[in-house]
Amino acid sequence: MARLSLDNVTKSFADFDAVKDVSIDVGDGEFLAVLGPSGCGKTTLLRLVAGFEKVTSGEIRIGSDVVSNSGGSVAPEKRRVGIVFQNYALWPHMTVAENIGYSLKVAKLDKAVARQKVEDALALVNLQGLGERKPANLSGGQRQRVALARCLVAAPSLVLFDEPLANLDVHLRASMEDEFAAFHKRTGTTIVYITHDQAEAMALADRIAVMDHGRLAQLATPRELYHEPANEMVASFISQGILLPADVLTAEEAGHCKVKVLGTELVVRCHPGERPRAGAKICCRSADLDVSPDGPGFDGLVKRVIYHGGAARIEFTPAAGPDLTLHFEQPDPVVLESGARARLRIRSGWLIPAAGSAS
Amino acid sequence: MATRIKESRGQEMALTAVVAVVIVLLSLLPMLRLVKEIVAPGGTLSTVAIAAGLRSPATWIATWHTLVVGIGGTLLAVLSGTVVAVLVSLTDIRGRSALVLCYVMPLMIAPQVTALAWLQLFGPASPFLKLFGAAPPLGTENPLYSTSGIILLLGVQYGPLVFLLVRAGLRKLPRELVEAARAGGAGWFTVLVTIVLPLMTPSIMAAAALAFVSCVGNFGIPAFLGIPANYLVLPTLIYQRLAGGGPAVLGEAAFLSALIGVIAMAGILAQELMSRRRDYRISSTSLPAEPYELGRWRVAVQAGMWLLIVLVLFLPLFGLVLTSLVPGYGIALTAKTATLDNYRFVLFEHDAAKRAFFNSFWLSIAAAFFAVIVAVPVGYLIAWGKQRWVRLLNLSVELPYALPGVVLAIASLLLFLRPIPLTGIQLYNTVWIIFYAYLARFLVLALRPTISGYHQIDRALEEAAQVAGAGLFTRMRTIIFPLVAPAAMAGGLLIFMTALSELTVSALLWSSGSETIGVVMFSFEQGGDSNYATAMSVITVAVTFVLMLVTNLLAPYLPSGVLPWRD
Ligand SMILES: Nc1ncnc2c1ncn2[C@@H]1O[C@H](COP(=O)(O)OP(=O)(O)OP(=O)(O)O)[C@@H](O)[C@H]1O
Ligand SMILES: [Mg+2]
Repeated sequence: MARLSLDNVTKSFADFDAVKDVSIDVGDGEFLAVLGPSGCGKTTLLRLVAGFEKVTSGEIRIGSDVVSNSGGSVAPEKRRVGIVFQNYALWPHMTVAENIGYSLKVAKLDKAVARQKVEDALALVNLQGLGERKPANLSGGQRQRVALARCLVAAPSLVLFDEPLANLDVHLRASMEDEFAAFHKRTGTTIVYITHDQAEAMALADRIAVMDHGRLAQLATPRELYHEPANEMVASFISQGILLPADVLTAEEAGHCKVKVLGTELVVRCHPGERPRAGAKICCRSADLDVSPDGPGFDGLVKRVIYHGGAARIEFTPAAGPDLTLHFEQPDPVVLESGARARLRIRSGWLIPAAGSAS
Repeated sequence: MATRIKESRGQEMALTAVVAVVIVLLSLLPMLRLVKEIVAPGGTLSTVAIAAGLRSPATWIATWHTLVVGIGGTLLAVLSGTVVAVLVSLTDIRGRSALVLCYVMPLMIAPQVTALAWLQLFGPASPFLKLFGAAPPLGTENPLYSTSGIILLLGVQYGPLVFLLVRAGLRKLPRELVEAARAGGAGWFTVLVTIVLPLMTPSIMAAAALAFVSCVGNFGIPAFLGIPANYLVLPTLIYQRLAGGGPAVLGEAAFLSALIGVIAMAGILAQELMSRRRDYRISSTSLPAEPYELGRWRVAVQAGMWLLIVLVLFLPLFGLVLTSLVPGYGIALTAKTATLDNYRFVLFEHDAAKRAFFNSFWLSIAAAFFAVIVAVPVGYLIAWGKQRWVRLLNLSVELPYALPGVVLAIASLLLFLRPIPLTGIQLYNTVWIIFYAYLARFLVLALRPTISGYHQIDRALEEAAQVAGAGLFTRMRTIIFPLVAPAAMAGGLLIFMTALSELTVSALLWSSGSETIGVVMFSFEQGGDSNYATAMSVITVAVTFVLMLVTNLLAPYLPSGVLPWRD
């Protein structure tokens, strides 16, 4: 088990920064998920940690050893990390047992001991008796398990997953998710888990690093990420947050402040120390909205209603902000109709901290 | 400044160094040596060699002849290869795999064997014509001993080369482009002329350039057909000069071989220039177009195709076999005269022929073996290497093969005429100089399929081994080699087939005791012993054919396009 620290890591391909100034500290035994839209640099980050790419600047440490900085890079085979690849990367010319036992053979472990370890690893992923099969004769889920067993057998101090479930169907995903969680609990290995699936990240991780265009947008626990997004990107990326322009009217008091949104005043959660300012943004979710309230609210036009089973996705344009379009979900019974006028009330929300303020 | 990290990249450095040394030895060194001989013979800059070469009228005649047969052969090859490619790829013709196999076959047969086979068909001694009593009277000139004969056979030999490249291009033609034109009301022929052929221009140009280089550098065909008619092209002129003058005329030979190199390069440059003029890039990749239904023409087209194959493959081979069964020159073949004596003679009695079989077999096996071993690490660096300069390696390995074989042979002669400095080892006049030249010339035949093999392998397979703790050499042995082995070995088999009856290089490098099959075949034919030459040819063709069938067994494990004769 080992800590993983990244200090201001930057990776440039020619003049393009795939990873820019990222600092992350992953604690011993922590499960960190890296989340972000396609092309934001997740895989590059993982390959930097594994040593397949060299950092342009910054430093990476595993445990107490510096493994990458601008002065050089420890070869991947010397880092003692395990990787589960998205497409499994099982060697087609070897049997399942040979695949799993490869790192033991490379380490010149005693044959009998190695065989026992392979058996144990197979049992760990519920694949007893499949050791003599070739990878080609396994199902997708079984291949993923072999890949997991292959990475575990060497007892690495740090395990990296690159979208390990992206190729599996929904049901298999759920069961593999449980398996990863159980494995983490049992072994206490430090894990960096890359995914673009928020639900997966939320369900598995202790903390989540959200990346955007190569930068670290926010590093926080799943709850904090959902309730207290640090910036607009995270707010809109996580669970499709609704962003609305706001003016802060009062200073923070007990974690709340008063803001004016679309002509109506309301109280939202905020960081300590917020002061009145104009041009702020608040983030709220579908659950924070009341449709057709009796009391105060703001009026607008329902532009579109897309029903998709159990709930509908509504596009709404407030009269006070004709350039804005709000997207939100309304669960059954859906009362709104497209073309109709309606009134909405925001019950609560989160004031997004001003850019540049420390979070 | 950050602290230095111990990187332990020793194995990678070692591999790179070894590869660099091999490449320098096999491709850069001979080329540089040749250039030096021309611009600075004896160590000082001088234009004497160039001036002497330019003054000789023989140079100009041979250059003219080279251009005539080169351009003529290329035109014929492009015409026939493109027509066959279009018919095979775009129509609903039947028996495609068999057609492709047979049409590509001449490419696998050595040029001098092709020449020999065709000569047996038409000469006054032709057992084939004698079967019908149609042979011209003895003493008549064989009609193939002529410019048009050489052009015809070059076209036959390299038509398949054009076919392969154009067919590869046609396969990438997206069907939307064809369908859009047809939806716009164009008939099939209009589509072919206005859409397909223009889009195929880069493929056709590239094929033409390759065919031109091959025609210009070809030795076997002009040697068998041109020398008897005293019609010399540059490669045969070099051969005659060296055969007559020995090492003394090496300077002149170097100049002549550079001249061939220049002509070949001019062909490649012309192609570059022409295909740069317009944008032919095909953007999308999709399914190939539906084959055009020939309807009632199908039978006729099919018959035409098979007739072509009978003409260019079966008849010549048939003539070859017939002659090899005849006991002597001009004797008609009947059930009574047919004999296997010629085979017995070349396999068991004639000393040089026996030696030649032995030499050629071990030379081609060793060259193939060595090339496979070298191709795996070289391909690794080229396909997966991070350093950009390594890509230059690829170019320098291609060079000895892109240039005509005569050029490399002369370069090897120059390199090893004197004992190797410091060691005193003498390669000249031994079989090892041929071995060296084979390695340099054929390495790329194993390298190309190996590189395409690498491109098909998911790099993550190696990375997975790396995180498992395996160093470079361990990964090479346990992961990489097993994965690219089929492709590399297919390349090795191509080398074996090509080297087995190779003549161009060994004709210039052989010495008594180091004869190759090609050389002995050539000397039998020059001495008028066609029966023996044909017997040797039949044996090599049979070996080649069996190997092609065996290699087919590897096909499921290979990237597509590695085996030229597989459809
Ligand atoms: N070797 C490379 N050379 C140049 N650019 C690269 C290279 N590798 C990655 N990139 C670029 O870096 C950016 C980040 O790539 P990366 O693969 O890390 O994205 P990702 O977050 O993993 O995306 P996805 O979710 O689609 O897998 C992309 O814009 C990509 O084009
Ligand atoms: Mg990725």
